[in-house]
Amino acid sequence: MVSSLKFSLRDMFLEGVRPLEKILGYIEVKGEEAVIDASELKHKEVNDLLRYTALNKVKKVEVINVVGQRYIGTRLHIPNPSPRLEIHIKGTPGNDLGAFLDGHRIIVHGNAQDGVGNTMDDGEIVVHGRAGDVVAMSMRGGRIYIRDNVGYRTAIHMKEYVGKIPVLVIGGTAQDFFGEYMAGGRVILLGLSLKEGEKHKAHYIGTGMHGGVIYLRGRVEKYQLGKEVGIVDMEEEDWKFIEEQVRRYCTYFNRDMDKIMEGNFLKLVPVSKRPYGKIYAY
Amino acid sequence: MRFEINRESERHLPDKDLQACGLFGVMNIEGKRFGGEMAIKAIVNMRARGNGLGGGYAVYGLYPEYKDYYAMHIMFQDRNMDAKKKVDEFLSRNFDIVYDEEIPTNPEARVMYPPLVWRYFVAPKKKGEDAKFSDDDYVVAKVMHINTSIEDAYVFSSGKDMGVFKGVGFPEDVAEFFMLDELYEGYMWTVHSRFPTNTPGWWGGAHPFSILDWTVVHNGEISSYGTNRRFLEMHGYYCTLFTDTEVMAYAVDLLMRRQGLPIEIVSKIFAAPMWDLIENMDEKKKKLYTTLRMVYAPLLINGPFTVIVAHHGEMFGITDRIRLRPITAGARGDLVFLSSEEAAIRAVSPKLDLAWTPRGGEPVVVRLKRKDHLMSLKESV
Repeated sequence: MVSSLKFSLRDMFLEGVRPLEKILGYIEVKGEEAVIDASELKHKEVNDLLRYTALNKVKKVEVINVVGQRYIGTRLHIPNPSPRLEIHIKGTPGNDLGAFLDGHRIIVHGNAQDGVGNTMDDGEIVVHGRAGDVVAMSMRGGRIYIRDNVGYRTAIHMKEYVGKIPVLVIGGTAQDFFGEYMAGGRVILLGLSLKEGEKHKAHYIGTGMHGGVIYLRGRVEKYQLGKEVGIVDMEEEDWKFIEEQVRRYCTYFNRDMDKIMEGNFLKLVPVSKRPYGKIYAY
Repeated sequence: MRFEINRESERHLPDKDLQACGLFGVMNIEGKRFGGEMAIKAIVNMRARGNGLGGGYAVYGLYPEYKDYYAMHIMFQDRNMDAKKKVDEFLSRNFDIVYDEEIPTNPEARVMYPPLVWRYFVAPKKKGEDAKFSDDDYVVAKVMHINTSIEDAYVFSSGKDMGVFKGVGFPEDVAEFFMLDELYEGYMWTVHSRFPTNTPGWWGGAHPFSILDWTVVHNGEISSYGTNRRFLEMHGYYCTLFTDTEVMAYAVDLLMRRQGLPIEIVSKIFAAPMWDLIENMDEKKKKLYTTLRMVYAPLLINGPFTVIVAHHGEMFGITDRIRLRPITAGARGDLVFLSSEEAAIRAVSPKLDLAWTPRGGEPVVVRLKRKDHLMSLKESV
């Protein structure tokens, strides 16, 4: 009665993807600048064209009419000393924007979806709007600046190693599991979208966190924090770092730096480097 | 260390499924009817979320000329005419059939093994014992009878002035099969892409799932299915479609139609707040949420999910309480959208007055002639 239809499975990512020479009509290159019209392009085709521009000495690309194409900016590993691209996105990029990003710069003129900067390695992502869930998931280097709010599980399992420390700055507030299982990196949550005295929206902040630092501007109740984080005093170094990052944020999004720095900052760090180390030990 | 590269299998398709179900819903809150283009275009935009093994639509305000009659959409697997004969007899015995016809379909559409699909406009013909039932309860009982007792026949839509169209294929293929963009209009459309959880793709198993005018499209996996199903069986709902989402349709019918609970409460039954968050609420809320969790424990929907539930005049989107599946809401003029991805909304309405994402477990409720969807803005990002 129930017919198995497994054999009819079609590849929804690669089906209909055209070879590079067939899609060159969607790109216009003028010296070191280029424009890609993404309105009829599939996920892979956008990245094929971005790679094409990078290999052709283009420095600045504008991708227009983006509507949900995923993984934009991935697969752009280009041997040094080639210049890094500056990619401007007009429209709404799809999930995993800048996944594995290799030193390029992405500026989104609008909102971003889930998974911004997934396992990003180096470079910068600037979002002039809000972003969805799992921003900076497993991010291992580079910087991300989000103007407004972010969704669930921001900075989940962000990491660092020796001198490679990723940075994430969020202008608004975040939803639950902020900094979940964070293993490294620096995250700043500015709370600019909250009203005077309103507490941050996230619960379970830093659950399972075992590395890195969260700087939280504004109010948060103790019960909103996960069991694995503690609040410690800010030190000279912390203020220096916050100032530098807030300055960038204010430059990108045209905000008043002094007003932001007037706010109250909390520094959250993990209580233990191995919060679950003892659970399965015996 | 060097890895051996197996030259013979250098390129292969990954075994891992990368799809994730696409959901979309749109309502004109002034009740103005429109065609299927928006729903189709939005779901095509989220093609990467589907896999071609299922697609379906629910349309409200569909049959204004028969709006007083229950519109039954019934599929006959393998075009089983014997099943059709049994259904015809059963329906004539229990209903006045005002009109019936084969649902027009396009044989050119790229769908797999389409069944025979028929629609009946019926009025209950209650006799004897049955007279004590309300019309709605009577229809539910008869739908359950057909689904459980007549082999190869499935009622996949049974509400008034609305209808479900679904099948195996990409949603745009299913739309082409039923010619949705040409033949129909409604003031509210919901659509789903991908296929039923944990079952082979089959026509009855595609979303939306429905009973009366309640429809559900779902992304995720209901791990509490067993508990939910047993509880619903005690209330006369029998799960026959081999997949988890079905319980959601029956649960909303039970809670909202029969028990009269509002969406705002029902959403707290499905996605109950965690005990440690209840602990920090004020006394009144603590009492409410504790009571709900205790009385309706068997209807807690566990596991990752986003659903869009609709019935006449109302549509609501909700995720599980820790949001393991995405949802975005958008509004432009009289149109209010719910979607798995913001890009799909932008694909049909590039400019939006508002785009927001509610907290996990917090419903976005869209109602006709009201602005209730704005209530969810407060806790959203």
